[in-house]
Amino acid sequence: MKRSLPLLIIAAVLVAAVALTWILLRSSRPDQSSTNTSSSEGPNGAEPPHIRGNPKATVTLEEFGDFECPTCGTYAVELKKIEAEFGDRLRVIFREYPLYPTPHKHALIAAQAAEAAGLQDRFWEMHDKLYENQKAWSEATDVMPMFIDYARQIGLDIDRFGRELNGEIVATRITQDGIRAHARGVTGTPSFFVNGKALDAASFSPDGLRALINQSLRGNSTP
Amino acid sequence: MNEAETKPRGIVWLYLIAALLSLIGLADSIYLTVEHLTGQTLRCTIISGCSEVLSSPYSHVGNVPLAALGAIAYFTVFDLSILAAFGYRFARPLVLALLALMFLMTLWLLYLQAFVIHHFCQYCLLSAAVTITLTAVALAGRSWKITD
Repeated sequence: MKRSLPLLIIAAVLVAAVALTWILLRSSRPDQSSTNTSSSEGPNGAEPPHIRGNPKATVTLEEFGDFECPTCGTYAVELKKIEAEFGDRLRVIFREYPLYPTPHKHALIAAQAAEAAGLQDRFWEMHDKLYENQKAWSEATDVMPMFIDYARQIGLDIDRFGRELNGEIVATRITQDGIRAHARGVTGTPSFFVNGKALDAASFSPDGLRALINQSLRGNSTP
Repeated sequence: MNEAETKPRGIVWLYLIAALLSLIGLADSIYLTVEHLTGQTLRCTIISGCSEVLSSPYSHVGNVPLAALGAIAYFTVFDLSILAAFGYRFARPLVLALLALMFLMTLWLLYLQAFVIHHFCQYCLLSAAVTITLTAVALAGRSWKITD
């Protein structure tokens, strides 16, 4: 018995490890599906929202994003491909969810820069600039000179941009998006909702997003 | 299997401590592996920089998450420590060799987090702490053996 005891202990731990893996895999799904609520529920978020694509599209993809989040940067590229694929059937809404101050120390000022650009109807231009240059500014100590440079490149009134970036309208918009995010159970970025249904953890990939959009399109086409 | 021998009680306790520590590392690695496989760690969250670390090119070898290799390593350390605690002499040098490899890997991963990725993942730091402690325990056992 004593000679087989170590083998029994090892076997028991192996079984426990497999059980732990199974439990964790199982528990990762219901948590996400619990956020599958209708987009009409809860607070609206900032109004009007930032919309790209056909405003009257049958499918709405709502993203809660952080400009300093690397995964959001990756998905910014993927979303453009998806938008091209679905054309007029899809509209994309971007909402602010800056993970500030940790882990992203520049996330809030980046969100402010995008919203300030939005007040001059250049939100998506700044959105693209921030993601395209994410690595450069996220490692900088002082990001403002870089953001002012981006603002200049997309044709903003720089004085107005600098003034509104720290203004009440921008702060209120970010807060309103944050309130909506919390109401929807958002805990990280990017978080995607397609016609109100969350992209769950198990499907979290560009193809998973496509599948969810297709599912919504099928749902809309059935009487 | 006659290799099993009676060991001084102190050495046995050190190997049992190593086995317990490796269980912490095993649970941590399993958690990270599942997070990786379900895509959770690819997202950014307010509580950690794990997304930056685990979505980096250093987080996997081919298609295999590094965390899964860590889980295998911790499970092997557990097995060898248990065998060593029960007096199987062949297990002792294997534990040391494996821990040396894991220690070097830990230093490399800490360097990557600090100077390349510029973000720390608390679960990776827990794993690093476990490996460093395991190495210290193994070295204590080795010096004990020398003076024994």
